[in-house]
Amino acid sequence: MYAALWRVLPGNRGAKVLWMILLFLIVVAVLFTWVFPAVAPLLPFDRVTVDGAWAPLGVSDV
Amino acid sequence: MRFLRAALGVIGELLVTAGVVVLLFVAWQVGYSSLIEGRAQAGVVAEMEASAPDGSGLPDLPDGPLVAGTAPSLDDGALLAIIRIPRFGTDWARPVYEGITPGTLAKGPGHYPRTALPGQVGNMAIAGHRTTHGHPFFEIDSLVPGDVIVIETRQSYVVYRMASSTIVRPSQSEVVAAVPQKLGAKPTEAWLTLTSCHPKFSAAQRYIVFAKLDRVVPRSDGAPPELTAAPTAASPAGSELSAIASLVGGA
Repeated sequence: MYAALWRVLPGNRGAKVLWMILLFLIVVAVLFTWVFPAVAPLLPFDRVTVDGAWAPLGVSDV
Repeated sequence: MRFLRAALGVIGELLVTAGVVVLLFVAWQVGYSSLIEGRAQAGVVAEMEASAPDGSGLPDLPDGPLVAGTAPSLDDGALLAIIRIPRFGTDWARPVYEGITPGTLAKGPGHYPRTALPGQVGNMAIAGHRTTHGHPFFEIDSLVPGDVIVIETRQSYVVYRMASSTIVRPSQSEVVAAVPQKLGAKPTEAWLTLTSCHPKFSAAQRYIVFAKLDRVVPRSDGAPPELTAAPTAASPAGSELSAIASLVGGA
C-alpha cells in the first residue's frame, strides 16, 4: 500500500520523502479539524452524569 | 502465493495505520481539549472578570430556601455561576451553565436541573467533563476533605468545603438527591455535589465529590481568602502522563 504510494510519487528519493511528510501532515490536519471532532462525541467515554429515574431533587417540600 | 503475501502486507499496513490514528486521536483529545477548549472556558471567566467585575454578568438568582415548584426556569445552556476550585490551580475558574445536555456540558460544567441553587438548602449538583471538552474536572480525584469549592454568583461567593468522595455506578442517581445519597429524604443542609466519569477515559463509573456549605460571603466583602491561599498538603496532580499511563494500563 505504502510501497505503491512511494512508486507513484514524483522526483528522486529526497523529493519522495518530502512528499510523504507533506501528505502525512495533510492527513493529520484533516483528522484534527474534521474527523476527530465528529467522532469524539460518539465514543463511549467521558459520560459524566448520573442517570436513571430522578426523584424530585433539591426541593425542600419532598 | 504472491497474492496472499500482498494481502497480508496490506492488512499489516492497515493495522499499523489504525494504531497511528488511535495515537493521534489520544494526542488530539488531550491537546485540543486542554489547550483550546479549556483555555476558551477559562477565557469566558476572565472576560467576565474584566468586563463585569461587580458580578453583573451573572444571572439574578433567588435567595432563601428552594420551595417546591418555584425553581427559576433558566434555559438550558444559560450561564448560571462561576466555579472556583483552588486545588486545581491558582485562579482556576470555569463558567457553570444550567443543564446537563451534551451541548451544554461541552461549554463547561453543567448544573443538574431542579437541584438546589448556590447556597440553598438541598443539593446543588454539577456535572463536568473529565477528559474531553476542556476537561474541567480532570483532577477531580485530587480533591481532599477540607478543600474549598467556591460558587460565585451575582450577589455572593458561596463557599463549600469538601466532605467526602465516592465512586458509584452511573445509575446511582441518589448522589444528586436533595439529601446526598438519601432519595426522598427532606433536606436541612446545603450541599454541593460534583459528578464526573471514572476512571479517566471510561464511562464505567462516576466519581462523586460531596461538599458542605461553609458560609456565604457577600460580594461586597471581597473574595474569600481561601481563593488566594495555597491549598494545604499538595496531592499528586492528575498529570497528562499519568492519564495516558492509566489508559495504557487498561484502567
